[in-house]
Order: sequence, then C-alpha cells, then structure tokens
Amino acid sequence: MTVAENNTGLAGPGGTNTATAAEAVIPAASRGERFTGYDVEAFEVPSGREENWRFTPMKRLRGLHNGTAEADGTVSVDVDAASDVKVEVVGRGDDRLGVGGAPSDRVAAQAYSSFTEATIVTVPTDTKPDKATLVRVTGPGEGKTAYGHLQLRVEAFSNASIVLDHVGSGTYADNVEFVVGEGAKLTVVSVQDWADDAVHVSEQHLSLGKDATLKHTVVTLGGDLVRVSPTARFAEAGGDVEMLGLYFADAGQHQEHRLFVDHAVSHCRSNVMYKGALQGNGAHSVWIGDVLIRAAAEATETYELNRNLVLTEGARADSVPNLEIETGEIEGAGHASATGRFDDEQLFYLQSRGIPEDAARRLVVRGFFHEILMKIDVPEVRERLVAAIEAELEAVENTANAEPATTA
Amino acid sequence: MSTLEIKDLRASVTTDEGAKEILKGVNLTVKSGEIHAIMGPNGSGKSTLSYAIAGHPKYEVTSGEVLLDGENVLEMSVDERARAGLFLAMQYPVEVPGVSMSNFLRTAATAVRGDAPKLRHWVKEVKEEMAKLEISGEFADRSVNEGFSGGEKKRHEILQMALLKPKFAVLDETDSGLDVDALRVVSQSVNEVAESTDIGVMLITHYTRILKHIQPDVVHVFADGKIAESGGKDLADELEENGYVKYIGKPEPARI
Repeated sequence: MTVAENNTGLAGPGGTNTATAAEAVIPAASRGERFTGYDVEAFEVPSGREENWRFTPMKRLRGLHNGTAEADGTVSVDVDAASDVKVEVVGRGDDRLGVGGAPSDRVAAQAYSSFTEATIVTVPTDTKPDKATLVRVTGPGEGKTAYGHLQLRVEAFSNASIVLDHVGSGTYADNVEFVVGEGAKLTVVSVQDWADDAVHVSEQHLSLGKDATLKHTVVTLGGDLVRVSPTARFAEAGGDVEMLGLYFADAGQHQEHRLFVDHAVSHCRSNVMYKGALQGNGAHSVWIGDVLIRAAAEATETYELNRNLVLTEGARADSVPNLEIETGEIEGAGHASATGRFDDEQLFYLQSRGIPEDAARRLVVRGFFHEILMKIDVPEVRERLVAAIEAELEAVENTANAEPATTA
Repeated sequence: MSTLEIKDLRASVTTDEGAKEILKGVNLTVKSGEIHAIMGPNGSGKSTLSYAIAGHPKYEVTSGEVLLDGENVLEMSVDERARAGLFLAMQYPVEVPGVSMSNFLRTAATAVRGDAPKLRHWVKEVKEEMAKLEISGEFADRSVNEGFSGGEKKRHEILQMALLKPKFAVLDETDSGLDVDALRVVSQSVNEVAESTDIGVMLITHYTRILKHIQPDVVHVFADGKIAESGGKDLADELEENGYVKYIGKPEPARI
C-alpha cells in the first residue's frame, strides 16, 4: 500500500492524496474544554460548521440534531446473558445512570433527554462469566425514530466479554455507558450491522476505575449514516484502555468515528487502532482521534493509529489525529494516520506468481485487516467479521466487473 | 523442450512529458536448459524488458511479440503468464502486509499447479527449499517481504522460483544487494533448479560478479533498449576488462 505517514501530528501536503485527506488540526480550544451536559436545551443547534460536526452530512441526520426528530418508535433490546450477569430495565430516575459520562454533543444530549427506559447489564463483583453476553439492539423500523440508553457495568475485579449488536432499520440515537470497576476487565465489541436505511448516532462513554482494563472494539459495516463517538475517561491511576475499530464503507455510506481519550490522572495507558476500507461512489469515512494528556497525567503512555484503504475511485477517507500534551512527564505518546489507495504493485506481485486478480485483491484486503482481526478475541465475532469482509469483497468485485477497465 | 521467443519487442513508459520508448526492438530466443546472461549499463532498459515480459501495467508494449512455445504471452494477463510458465524474480520484491509467506506460497503453488499441493508433501517441500537457501523457518509466518533485508527478499524470490518450477525465469538483478555468502547460496539454488528442471533462464545483471557462480551459455550486451552484441563467456570476460564504454560512448565498469 502506498501510504503517507504522519507521525508528528502536523501533516503537510504529503499526508494527502486526491481521494483522501489526513490532517492534524489544533482546535481553537482544548478538547478537554468542550461543553458536556445531560440536558438537550443546554446545547445550541449545530449548523454543521462546528469542529464537531464539520464532516457530518447534517441533512442525513433526519433532525436528530435540531429537535425535529420525535420519538415515534422504540428499539428492542434483547440480552442473552451469561450466568451471573444481571439484566435490568430501569426508568429515567435510576441514580446509576449517567455515571459513565455526560453527553458532549446535542444529539447525545437529545438521546439522554428523550429515552424513557434504560437497560442496565451488570457483571457483579469478583465474577468471571463462562461466556460472552450478547446484547442485541434492533432498530425501530424504517421511517421510525427512537432514543435509547444502555449501561454495561463490570464491577470490581470481574472479567467479562460483552457483544453489543445493532441491527435493523430506522433512526436511532443513544448513549452507551461502559463502567468498569476497580481491577475489572471488560472486553466489548460494538457491531453496527444496520440495514441500508439506518441512521445511528451513538456516544459511548468508557469509564475506567483504578487498574481497570477495557478493550473496546467498534465494528461498523451497515447503515446509511453511522456516527459513533467513544470517549474514554480514567477515574483513578492504573487504567488501561485499548480502542479498536474496523469499518468497511460502501457506496453512499457515511461512517464516522470520533474518539476522545482524556488522560486526567497518572499511570494510565491508551492504545487506539482503527482500520477501514472504502469502496464505491460516495463512500465516506471520518476518523477523529483526540487524545488529551492533562497536567496531572504523569507517566501516561498513549498511541493511536488510523489506516484507511481506498479500494475504488469516488470514495473518501478523512483522518484527523490530534494529540494535546500538557505535561512532559510521560512515558510515551504518538500517533500515525495514513490513507492509501489499493496498491497496484502488490496486485502485480501476487499475480506474477500465478494468483488470479480477484484472489490477489482478497489477499491484500484480508492482509490489511489481519492485524486488527487478530486482536478481536471474541471468537464468534471474529468469524462473523471475516465472513462480513468476504461479503464486502464480493461486492467490490461485482462493482469492478461492472465498470470497463480504464487502465492498460 | 520449450522455447521463449522475443521478437522486435518495443515498449514505452508514460512520463510527464508523454510516452517514452525504452525497449527499441528486442530480439532474443531462449530454449529450455539454456542460461542467457543479459548484461547492460544503468538505464539501458534491462528491467523494463523483464517487466514487459511479466506484464507490469506501467509499461506499454507498442509492438512485437513474446512467444512461449508459439503462444503470444503479451495477450495474457499477468497471472496467466505465470501459469503458462513464466517467472520474474524481481529486483525490488513487493511487501504485502498481513499475508503470511506460507499462505502466499501455497496460494501461488495452487494457482500455478492447478491443484492445491497435498499439505504434508508441501510442508516438506517448502522446508527443504528453504533449507537450501539458508532461510530460517520463522519466515514462513512473517508477512510477505515485510521487514525483510534486501538479501532476504532475493532468497525468497529464488525460493518461489524453486517451488513454482517455471519453464522460463527472468532474474532481474538478483545479485544486487547480496553479500558474498548470500550470492553463493542463491547461485547454488539457481544452478540446482537449472539442473533438475530444464528451466530456461534470462539472467539480467549489470555486473559480471554473479557469472562466477552461474555459467551462462550465451552472453548478450543490452544497450539503449536492445541487444547490441551477443557471444559466449568470452564476451563477459571482455566486459569485465573494458566495461560498457564501447556500447555507450562513456566509461561504465561491469565489475565491482
């Protein structure tokens, strides 16, 4: 793959190519100063020009951002819980809600102000369930809108895996809280496998207690517009968060992932790796990686990486890493962002060994995702993803075959 | 017995200033079991010749034919040429991240042989060839060429040649970047494949160094996009002595 490396946070023209843009932006204000709140009325209606919204096609939000999207449907939340895991449906008044973090944009605040009931999944203290818990969220249906709230709690010293699966149709905004207690370990995969019409805007609040470990993986495949904003916060020292992402955008799809890692306490680690492939006209991916190391966050170790593979003409990947450091007393901090076109040299090399073109293409794309797939240690999910990537590749071949070859 | 015939091959590359002709009418016939050294100075078009035969998309063949037992390979796709029996050991092998060498080799062997090789025999076969080339077993699990040194890449090119058993192989500056030990090991493997498979070889090189290990049957001097002179081993000796001055009008040595 031809890649433009950007390890400094200040990419020049070398960091871009015609189909893509990779730039590091120093925002007007520190990311840490962005307003957060639970009440939608406290947020101004965004116009689309704000830093937070500049990549999002606002019209396709169907009014989630301006108060016109009234809830006229509901999602169904089905939990296949491992033994020991407790599932509750609670009202707005439950005082556990919101501890994971407050909404940081108007759509998330709209969701927080609008949901009527929330699902809380709890892994009690000192337990290790024997299997992954599956939480399936089914959209409200085509033409319908819903708001939701979900909290996944892993209490102290427990160790659990949870798969959060989003399927179906409709328009949906929600907040998901991942509250990981002291010394606890949570592996979670959030899969956005929506139908073609779906719009999903989700703020995911990752809250880590003392010495907690959280592996948070986001997989976005389906939907018309999917915008997932994971924010990781450390309550006390010793936390370790790994944030992984895999996305595959097809023609017309908008997939946006906005990450924020807020290092406010010392001796915490964060490691971010997102990889995406894009194909088809109007396929658009956006990756924002904000990392803030506050003055008190000594001995922080952080790294973030985003890679995009643009398979066809007409697709666009935006990638914006942003690292703010307020203390020099850190273990290490870095980021890399690169976007490349499908590499003809790799294709030529594989074909020159007799491998037919379609098989060679698959090898290259599989290879691109290999590193991140190996990190997804929930076997059921990994197998499903391998199959999903194969299905996407079938689609690209059909697209490629439909168009006349333009190069000799 | 197979024959590779290159007839009046012309090829150009697209530059900012338009198409630039690099191959200006190459004529060459190689038969099974023959080793042809193609020696030329920098910029003479040697690598273009190898890429044009293999079908690299960057080079446009404007006229001529490359016939493998009478079939024009220029009408075949890159992978069809490989399956027909052509092999190019590249000067700069390409890295393919996330694809393991073992997966790549088996996929290639399956494509070229038409059937997936039986796993037990295959593992043994790969191990033996790797041992001959003094390649450590850990490379099987590494991504194709990723992080390999120049010498490691060249050994793996020859490994692929040994496993795919082509009718004709073009070795494009396989000697460049090889230290004395690596050159000996790689040359031994080439000689072994040549003795055991009746392969025809086009050995493209700038320097006479590799010819001390691999004996050519024919030596060609390649200059300005075509073959300027052909002869036996004595032609290589002459180049060793005098360099390329006679062909390009300025001194350029053929030995290091």
